[in-house]
Amino acid sequence: MAKFNLKINGSNYDVDVEEDTPLLWVLRDHLGLVGTKYSCGIAQCGACMVHINGEASYSCTLPVSSVGSDEVTTIEGLSKDGDHPVQKAWEDVDVAQCGYCQAGQIMNAAAFLKKNPKPTLEEIENAMNRNLCRCGTYHKIREAVAQAAKLK
Amino acid sequence: MEKLIKTNRRDFLKVAATATGGLFIGFYWSGCDSPKMQVLTDDEVLSQALDFNAFLSISPSGDIVIYSPNPELGQNIITSFPMIVAEELDADWSRVRVFQAPLDNDKYDRQLTGGSGAMPHSWERLRKAGATARYLLLSAAGEKLGVSANELEAKEGKIYQNGKQKFEFGELAADAAKLNAPDDVSLKDPKDFKIIGTPVKNVKNREMFTGQPLYGLDVYREGMVNAMIQRPPFGMKIKSVDDSAARSVPGVTDVVVFKNNVAVVGNSTWPLIKAKRQLRVEYEPDGAVESSFDHDRIMKEMLDSKSAQVMRKDGDVENAFKNAAQVISSEYQCPFLSHSPMEPQNFFAHVNGDKVELIGPTQTPDRARMETSQLLGIPKENITVDITRLGGGFGRRLRADFVVEAAELSKILDKPVKVSWTREDDMTGGAYRPAVRYRFQAALDENGNMIGYKLRGAGINAGNSTRENNFPSGSVDNLLIENIEHRSPITTNAWRAPITNFLAYAEQSFLDEVAIAAKKDPVALRLELLDRAKKNPVGEIHYDIERMRGVIETAAEKSNWGKSKDTMQGFSVYFSHRSYVAQVADIVMEGGQPVLKKITAATDCGIVVHPTGANHQVRGGIVDGMGHAMFTNMTFENGLPKQRNFDSYRLIRMKEVPEIEVHYVDSGYDPTGLGEPALPPTGGAIANAIFAATGRRLRSQPFIEQKEFSDIKLQIRRT
Repeated sequence: MAKFNLKINGSNYDVDVEEDTPLLWVLRDHLGLVGTKYSCGIAQCGACMVHINGEASYSCTLPVSSVGSDEVTTIEGLSKDGDHPVQKAWEDVDVAQCGYCQAGQIMNAAAFLKKNPKPTLEEIENAMNRNLCRCGTYHKIREAVAQAAKLK
Repeated sequence: MEKLIKTNRRDFLKVAATATGGLFIGFYWSGCDSPKMQVLTDDEVLSQALDFNAFLSISPSGDIVIYSPNPELGQNIITSFPMIVAEELDADWSRVRVFQAPLDNDKYDRQLTGGSGAMPHSWERLRKAGATARYLLLSAAGEKLGVSANELEAKEGKIYQNGKQKFEFGELAADAAKLNAPDDVSLKDPKDFKIIGTPVKNVKNREMFTGQPLYGLDVYREGMVNAMIQRPPFGMKIKSVDDSAARSVPGVTDVVVFKNNVAVVGNSTWPLIKAKRQLRVEYEPDGAVESSFDHDRIMKEMLDSKSAQVMRKDGDVENAFKNAAQVISSEYQCPFLSHSPMEPQNFFAHVNGDKVELIGPTQTPDRARMETSQLLGIPKENITVDITRLGGGFGRRLRADFVVEAAELSKILDKPVKVSWTREDDMTGGAYRPAVRYRFQAALDENGNMIGYKLRGAGINAGNSTRENNFPSGSVDNLLIENIEHRSPITTNAWRAPITNFLAYAEQSFLDEVAIAAKKDPVALRLELLDRAKKNPVGEIHYDIERMRGVIETAAEKSNWGKSKDTMQGFSVYFSHRSYVAQVADIVMEGGQPVLKKITAATDCGIVVHPTGANHQVRGGIVDGMGHAMFTNMTFENGLPKQRNFDSYRLIRMKEVPEIEVHYVDSGYDPTGLGEPALPPTGGAIANAIFAATGRRLRSQPFIEQKEFSDIKLQIRRT
């Protein structure tokens, strides 16, 4: 076991866990931030996406020991009142079916739009191709990312 | 009053016990947007709300509480059911709060999600629940005003007399709840619907989009332990277990062998994932240990077998084939598939003496309780089941295997336990879509009329792999439908649109082959068969001829069927789960290569209750049907799937979906379900379009692994 001080959603958290524990499980099991989801555990589906210094990253394969002083943002910390433009677009477009993948989708979309505020539809598809949605909400996701780009 | 007090960790799932019971999660979004409205917490509303019936309570504050009894897995019944109640109540939708009801056999029947059956089952019940309460509110208002209720009008949560507002619903709740419900109430004319048919937002959006605990995997209870289970390959049993390395993983508190399972137990998840990898479990055969090449052989043998179960026989099939001018014969095969919901299986169980508490994602809470009761010998009345939101189901969560193992482990450990499955556990844990092989044969006369039709289905644990009374049965004079099944240790289960998820593709592809052999347009052939079924029906017909014709004609019209020589089209139509869906796939040749651009769908599901939800189900069903038809394979080696995660088990992604255009046929019928019916036609529409574009007939799934597909560079683009 080792002690880590993590910067998550603007706060500092101390955790005492094994060094190889993926950030995903630190968030979910040790900090109670369960909005970040487990689905594949091998960085294939994107349900676990968080921001590391603003970059959309798979937290399921990221050992806590490699986080260091990086700024972590989870879905719970994306906005104070759930009013990030991407969250608002997700509500307007009514994107979700089961919803399980959507936190990861939102985190990926938010990081992508920060880097590329005026994307083409093709760029949106390329960026969002990292995330699986088993319900098949892809049309709505694309529409919502495009809408969020306009809202900004 | 809370059953579960918030823990020292923040924001965990909260379970509230109220007068009416109910699992509630998170908070209320739309109310928060209105600064003028006094927004009560859910606890406050629930503590005041007065029951009108199993579905509906009204608080004196004017807040409307509607319970949704059926498990929510993305079909958005948690929004569409309350819409129906609120419609007949004439409620102000912005004051409606929706709660997932726990399992309650006294209040609700058919409290399950499966078979696209919830809507047809509950449509009238929900309308009556709303209409009865509306009647009582009007009666209470009439009594207060000293006038007949007939002189009053209810609108958006208020009562009016001669156009003047007299009361809000909340003011009347206490009096109205005391009145006796009438035996019969009148329901609205659908043309007066104000909420039904509008794009109401999903009531759980805020919780989903801000990461609130909603799902089974998010459940946390003080004092609970976590567990993961190593389950055996199919047809095997444990010979020996060496758990020494697993026990030495820091964070692992126990290793328990029960039945054919090895459970690792600890206080958090990661040590369990590591420990499971460290388990050394030796298995030995306990039945047939099968591989995919066994299945291929077995299915082919069954197609040639002399003994098969006759499911339906019309006319003189032998004679028809003897006298045929032309016989077309073709075989189609599909692999096993995993359901792979994004949320892997999991369940919380707490066996405490002769009481059991179960919480988690199940499509069949009643089955979860029944099987737990049978296993533990604890009466059903002592078992509660709270239903969390399901991160997908697709039929996998109709079973209760993942519930009873949690209950059994909780009893062994004498602790509350949450059992979680890894993705690999989920994919190797059984209950698959069965593998099936079909042989179709058609006899045509010299004019290309189908005078004989034969189908034999050979499935691995598929039950009846045919739908013997479905189209084209009824339209062919001489017809034989047979089924034969191989029993395997590999477990199978309903998978979204059970059987028809593949049968429809095979049948609709075969009819395309028949149309080409008969030199007929594929749409015209289907309409011609329907005409014959209408004029001279042969035997039982379980589909509505006119409704099927309606979707065929609408899909043909909306897709400009056959009108563009640059667009190669494939047609498919299927009736399943009481709804009708026809689809056309468009492939355009660009630079000599085929590009799949669009799928046009025409659906008749009766009245469309919730257009957003309906579009979601049609598009989602098509994406699902397309993805699995094109990309996904599951093969077995020595009783275990070779594909165990999304790196090798390929699911469809965003860049692989074409444009999908959705149309509805306004037939005026009562609504039927849509969770499944849009999926079955998709594979056929795409395969037929690929044939039209390339001359390659794809007779097995997934398409991309067939040799006929190997040199086709099919692109999929929306623009």
